[in-house]
Amino acid sequence: MVEEIGTTQDGDLIINVGPQHPATHGVLHLVITLHGETIKKVEPHLGYIHRSIEKMCESLTYRQFIYVTSRMDYLSSHINNHGCALLVERAMQIEVPARAQVIRVLMDELTRIASHELWWGAMAMDLGAFTPFFHAFREREMINEIMEDTCGARLTMNYMVPGGVQEDIHPDFVRKVKEFIALFKRKVDEYDEMVTDNIIFRKRMENVGVISAADAISYGLSGPSLRGSGVSCDVRKYYPYDVYNQVQFEEIIETGGDSLARYMVRIREMKQSISIIEQLLDGIPDGDFCAKTKAVIKLPKGEFYQRVETARGELGIYVVSEGATTPYRIKFRSPGFSNLSALDHMARGSKIGDLVAMMGTLDLVIPDIDR
Amino acid sequence: MSNEELKAKLSELIPTATFEEGGEWTTLLIEPKALMEVMPLMRNDVAFNMDYLFCLTAVDWKTHITMVYHLTSTTYRHNLVIKSKLDKSKPEIETVCLIWRSAEFLEREVYELFGVNFINHPDLRLLILPDGWEGKNPLLKDFDDPINMIKL
Amino acid sequence: MWSISKIASLVHEWLSNTFSATWVTVFEMVIAGVLVISLFAVLGLILVMMERKVSAWIQIRLGPNRVGPKGMFQSAADTVKLLVKEGMTPNGADKLLFNVAPFLAIVVSMLLMAPLAFAKDFTLWDINIGVLYVSAISSVSVISILMAGWASNNKYSLMGAMRSGAQIVSYELSAGLSIMAIVVLTGSLNFNDIILSQADGWWIFKGHLPIWIAFIVFLIAVTAETNRAPFDLAEAESELTAGFHTEYSGMKFALFFLAEYVNVFIVCAIGATLFLGGWMPFHIGHWDGFNHIMDFIPSSLWFFGKTFFLIFLIMWFRWSFPRLRIDQLLNLEWKYLLPISMVNILLVTAMAILKWHF
Repeated sequence: MVEEIGTTQDGDLIINVGPQHPATHGVLHLVITLHGETIKKVEPHLGYIHRSIEKMCESLTYRQFIYVTSRMDYLSSHINNHGCALLVERAMQIEVPARAQVIRVLMDELTRIASHELWWGAMAMDLGAFTPFFHAFREREMINEIMEDTCGARLTMNYMVPGGVQEDIHPDFVRKVKEFIALFKRKVDEYDEMVTDNIIFRKRMENVGVISAADAISYGLSGPSLRGSGVSCDVRKYYPYDVYNQVQFEEIIETGGDSLARYMVRIREMKQSISIIEQLLDGIPDGDFCAKTKAVIKLPKGEFYQRVETARGELGIYVVSEGATTPYRIKFRSPGFSNLSALDHMARGSKIGDLVAMMGTLDLVIPDIDR
Repeated sequence: MSNEELKAKLSELIPTATFEEGGEWTTLLIEPKALMEVMPLMRNDVAFNMDYLFCLTAVDWKTHITMVYHLTSTTYRHNLVIKSKLDKSKPEIETVCLIWRSAEFLEREVYELFGVNFINHPDLRLLILPDGWEGKNPLLKDFDDPINMIKL
Repeated sequence: MWSISKIASLVHEWLSNTFSATWVTVFEMVIAGVLVISLFAVLGLILVMMERKVSAWIQIRLGPNRVGPKGMFQSAADTVKLLVKEGMTPNGADKLLFNVAPFLAIVVSMLLMAPLAFAKDFTLWDINIGVLYVSAISSVSVISILMAGWASNNKYSLMGAMRSGAQIVSYELSAGLSIMAIVVLTGSLNFNDIILSQADGWWIFKGHLPIWIAFIVFLIAVTAETNRAPFDLAEAESELTAGFHTEYSGMKFALFFLAEYVNVFIVCAIGATLFLGGWMPFHIGHWDGFNHIMDFIPSSLWFFGKTFFLIFLIMWFRWSFPRLRIDQLLNLEWKYLLPISMVNILLVTAMAILKWHF
């Protein structure tokens, strides 16, 4: 099944894209074999930002390890924290107050919008259009301010704890989110006008980086990248957590399998996130924002696996517990790692200019890949 | 299929199968030698159709290393965990990356972090660690780095 | 009325009365050279500033606003920075070609300025084959890019240079053909003759649809020829880091930068001259009263106004379009623009013979 790993011939050009390169958005290092402008092989070299989070977590307690996970996929730190909190709650059978559940989902969806906005701007910039980046950051800034009010941080939130959330939401939260939604609904349409309907953008993304549904599954793609190939895989639908089973939203699926399909999934997902927020925002239940938990958390002996849908796909947290205060072994199944593994398959035979479109629509975040 | 149905079907197909309790999903324990009999079956059998390998990792139990494969099916949505115990002195197992392509990178990661040798892997090289890395594999329990603090 | 041509003739008179004829020629050449170089520097500063302000306006930001009033001295400060930076030559580079390339780029842009008519009766070199001269010299600029890319001993640079070569050679054709449309209508290759032929209206208004097509093709082709987005494949920073000038630093980089901006100015000036009447004020047929009022605006203002309008258009393209891929770029030229301009030139010729234009 694995074809001959491309051999170099005369006239082939091997270039290093990264670790410092404008299109890799981080310290990703790709060794690309080119024949003229055509890509023969893409070989990722990782480890430039590996912090050994899995090893570190082995000496951190179940309260502490959540803070490290914010540093994995820093664009959806809320969702990473959420997954860890859920894992501990399920293992300890902690009942989470309704208010905390709603707040968490609201934060998750805001994070998803912020992450997709950054992706949208950065992807457009990779394709050579600078302006969308600034337009996306204008709206993302509003989300960051909302987060700052409540969590005190703008990037690594560390807001979710086992049993609920750390602090209650800021009194201005609901008003500010409403203002944001009112503005953002108009802006999403503006994004479509500016980028989606632009003929050069379409030509750059149509039939670029095509991956079939079977291949996408085999490569372990997840999230918007897999849904762009027409496979239904939304963790929020299949393994609903907190209040996701109480809200109405559509799982976005596009069947193209190309960069345009992955792009459209993310654009349409932002609109779905808005709808989820709107459904929850007016009825945030009263009550505690965090359940009473023991000061020292000791997970029972056994194995636990929790998955959450981050902005990039399925994050899995696998914990092997020996009944101590720290995990015996912890493994983060990061969406970016598997998405990256499909890059070589997608890129072979296409032009070097297409590579940035593929990397853009796979939405690679390097600390998430390297952990 | 639910966990019980899976278990029943598995014990019917693989008479030697042993199961492990304690996880939320059915956990099948197999010998490393039996891997290439069980895995293609899981992937190709219409009743299982485990087409999505979503997690592949290893756990260092000091006496042995356990390979853990998390499988799911995009058609039936059932999950299955397959484990295999490897000898600590010479950890070796057949690769599954010919069945699930996602295993290629995941196995390379396990190879350098645990030192597990994957037989027939097409491209078993260091992925994360720097080229020419010498010394122990970092995720083993007896790994200690006096210079860089990884334990807090 | 005050005008540049009056100043020029005053200077000429004064020189002729004071020195002998040989010295007058020498002095006039020196003055022209100094003027070109200072225009070059000033244009570079103004255009960089304009680009930054235009992009800031499009991107909802303020742009440079710290150095000097409204940040107007920012580009001057940048120039000083670039001047004092070390100009490195990488190991393994072809030293001669590497160092000559930026100067070749700048020399080409300077040469292109010679036949331009900046105002009424104000041309550095009023030659009768101005249009031909411009198309000939502008194609030399590709050599400087190829030299830079090859000599850098860098794979990114080489790829950028190759892209640029393919691109400039292809788009030269469309640009040439759309210029030909005007030449066919006026029957002259001299810029001043072309401008004078627009005394009763600019070609864009007199020439019906074919001239509009030629104008649009011209705009696309010159955007590509000057390596500006959406055709900036030679320096596509997300693919090739900086393309052919990856290895350049300090003043050598600045010269490439300057040459790019001055080239933008020159192609816009040519566009303004051919299609929008150059320094010719806005005239409508025989409305003599109206035309007379328009003549009160100095001709240099008309020229620079039109040129900067076209520059603004090209900047607008840059900040709103994504980049094309190399195969799409060549498809656009060979499959669309070239056939269109070929048919168009037939239409224009028919129009010129049958005198359908105003």
